[in-house]
Formats: sequence, C-alpha cells, structure tokens
Amino acid sequence: MVDFGGWELPQQYTSIRDEHLAVRKVAGLFDISHMGRLVVEGAGAESYLQHLFTNDLASLAPGHAIYTLMCKEDGGAIDDLVVYREAADRFLVVVNAANREKDTEWMRKHITAGVSMSDHTEDMSLIAFQGPRAHALLPPGSSPTADIPYFGFRPGKIAGISALVSRTGYTGEDGFELFIDSPRVGDAWDAILSHGKAEGVLPAGLGARDATRLEAALRLYGNDMDETVNPYEAGLGWTVKLGKGDFIGRDALAKVKESGPRRTLAGLETAAGDIPRHGARVSHAGRRAGVITSGTHSFFLGHPIALALMEGPSLRVGEKVTVEVRGREAPAEVVKLPFYRGSARSAVAPANP
Amino acid sequence: MAERRYTKTHEWVVVDGKTVTVGITDFAQSQLGDVVFLELPSPGRKLAVRESFGVVESVKAASDLYSPVAGQVSAVNEKLTAKPELINSDPYGDGWIMKVELTGDLPPGLLDEADYKKVAEAGAS
Repeated sequence: MVDFGGWELPQQYTSIRDEHLAVRKVAGLFDISHMGRLVVEGAGAESYLQHLFTNDLASLAPGHAIYTLMCKEDGGAIDDLVVYREAADRFLVVVNAANREKDTEWMRKHITAGVSMSDHTEDMSLIAFQGPRAHALLPPGSSPTADIPYFGFRPGKIAGISALVSRTGYTGEDGFELFIDSPRVGDAWDAILSHGKAEGVLPAGLGARDATRLEAALRLYGNDMDETVNPYEAGLGWTVKLGKGDFIGRDALAKVKESGPRRTLAGLETAAGDIPRHGARVSHAGRRAGVITSGTHSFFLGHPIALALMEGPSLRVGEKVTVEVRGREAPAEVVKLPFYRGSARSAVAPANP
Repeated sequence: MAERRYTKTHEWVVVDGKTVTVGITDFAQSQLGDVVFLELPSPGRKLAVRESFGVVESVKAASDLYSPVAGQVSAVNEKLTAKPELINSDPYGDGWIMKVELTGDLPPGLLDEADYKKVAEAGAS
C-alpha cells in the first residue's frame, strides 16, 4: 500500500507486470475512488465553469464529457480534470485526489450567484474497467454499452447495480469509468472480477495505472505538470480555447501561444534497465536540456519510457539525448507520442483532440 | 542443502565449503516489486564485505546490492539477464544472483531465519 494524495492505494494486487498486460490484452479493474468528484449545478453553472476552465463547454451536450485544464491568471495549471455534463445546468467534475482541496478552495473563491457546488467523493465511488475486451466482459445484468460514444456517458446498470457508465479512461484502452453509490460499489467490483476471471481480468493497482497512462502519454498532474507549467508547455494546447470568451489565464495563455512555449514535453526511450526517474537530468549535446517528469519500465513495450520537460522548442523524433540514470549518462532517443495507442483509438475520438 | 543465512540489508547466503551463493530475500523482492533489470558484477571481481556489487532495478526504484561476504565472484546467474523476474518468482532458487569464493571466514553478524524474520517484520510497513 502507498499513500496517494491521502488515500491508501495498492501499488499492485499481484504483480505490476501481470496487471499491466491484463489491461493491454484483456481488461483490468482499477479502484480510482481517490479521484475527487464535485457536482456543480444551477442556472449559472455553465458560464461559471467556462470562466474557470480552458476548454469550451458551450458545445458539450448532456451525456458527454470533456478533458480540460484549470489555470491560474499566469496560465500555470492548477489541475487537469474531466467535466461531465449531466444536464444543461448540472456538471460532474472529476479532479485529481491530491488537488481536491486546492481545487475546491479555488472554485469556491470564484463561485457566482445561482451556482452551487457539492463534494460527492465519499458517497459516490469510482472504478475503471479498462481493456480491449472490457465491453465484452461486462457481467450479466449490465446495460448495453456499444452505442455509448467515446467520452460519452449515461445512467445504466452493472451486474444489476445502478451506475453512471462513462466511456472514458486513463489507460489508452477502450473501457469504462463507473460511478456507483459507495454502499454498492463492492458488489459491482466483485461481479466484474468474478465474471472476467476465467478470461484473464485482473484487479490492477497504481503501478499498472501509471505504466498504462504513460504508454498512452496521458499526463500525470504533480509529475508532468504543476502550477509552474502552462498547457502549451505540457503539450495540451488543444484544451485551450482562446476564442470561447474570457476565462482565468486567457491573456497569459494567448501570449504563450503567440510567442511559442518556452519548454516542451517530449517522449524518450532508453535501453533495458535504464529507467529514467522523475527529476533526473536530461542532456543534449553535452548540455543540460531538461528534466524527466515521468518514467517507468514498460512491460508491454519491453523497454523503459519517459516524458521529459525540455527547455526550448521541441526536439525532432530520433534525436539522441542522455538521461542521468544511477549516476551516469544513459543514452536515450526522442520518440513520437503516444508510446502506444491502445484500443481507445477505435472509439470515436473526442472533439478537437 | 546448507542452512540459509541472512543480512540486515536483505541478502541471503548459502555456504558450501568455500563457495557462497548470494541472492536477495523474499521480503526484499516483495518490497521492490517487479524486478526489470539487474546490474551484475563480472566474474573475477574481488568484493569486500558490505561492498556494493550491483543494482537491482524494479518498477519502483533502483536499489544497491551489498556483498554479505568477502571473496571473489566465481559466477553470476546469467538467466537473470533475460528473465529478471526470477528474482520475484523464485528468490531462493532460480533467482540466485552470484557465487563467491570466500576469502577467509564468514563475517560475523549473519542472521538465522528466526532473527531475520524479526528484521523483516520490523521493516514491513
């Protein structure tokens, strides 16, 4: 067990390798109840969130979700999050566990008339069933899911238990995130595992979650970005809709976009055994050029992979750099992101990816 | 089979005459998690007691390996190059790390199983 934003979470249930491969080849089940769940509602909810978030919610129809950033006035990222529009004037906002209090404080500080916000992190649990066979391996008593679009969601049943079934995830694979009333979530968890067990479904811990999200090049707040990093530097400029009207950070971000980001996030590969660790120095042509933000061994790809925040414009794919590993300079190569494109690619892509 | 003995830094040894087989304990592998790589010493290398002789890299962290004895490396487990996961699946068998020809006597302070168990339990969180 490890402490993760104040929540006790398993690094692994059995083995990171087995859990990681189960997610890529069959499906894995994650307990992600540590993520914060906030409900924002009221007549002014849309314009309130439009002012807080970088992405554009105006064209988001009920039953659809969108990935966005929330930034400070200077453009630094407060958090990355997913917003679910449940109705015209009701939104579910899922934030990072470690940022829940900070986000809540920021959102309360900016709250406007006609908007209320409530925290449902404790009474509503969240599990994620992710993998190329997740649809096929839902237990009996589950609602049909094939017609839920990617980044779409709807109320339904999982093994007869009421759930908000969302076709979203953090692994690069197709699958679901399931919002379930906390008293019933254990039953849904057990039903999914027992039904899928013979086919190779495994419960998956933080280790497998980190490896799969990194292969898919999905950013981890606190590692790949923080309040000193803006969305363009994190390679998430596509979440910033400068034309949607005013929002917090807009002026600063418009300037960054015009002049180009000072730093860029790059993907690196190293040789077996040379795992780049968070904070390790990256050098280019013998000079310090950046820092590793995330790194792990990919059991699926067979070699280590890493994200690095590099000074200056982006390096070309194929460019050679070195990373400090165990006190020496290990060779590394710049590669295209994502490192791996899983079954989520066959789902319909979100708007304006 | 000779009795297995342990260090406080979670290595184990089995002594057969002057040949000492060295590995890491089941507790150590469970704390490290999935091992993905080992940096092993070259045969012929002379090691002092407590000298770092290699690195075990797991998904979580890189950890130094310390020689429990003084001597000369006579063999390393080449199987670990292709299958580092043997450290996890069979730490006391196919996951052995190296053999050392002992110089002099065994150092004092090696633990028997009961005493090592106490060390491991104290280290578990």
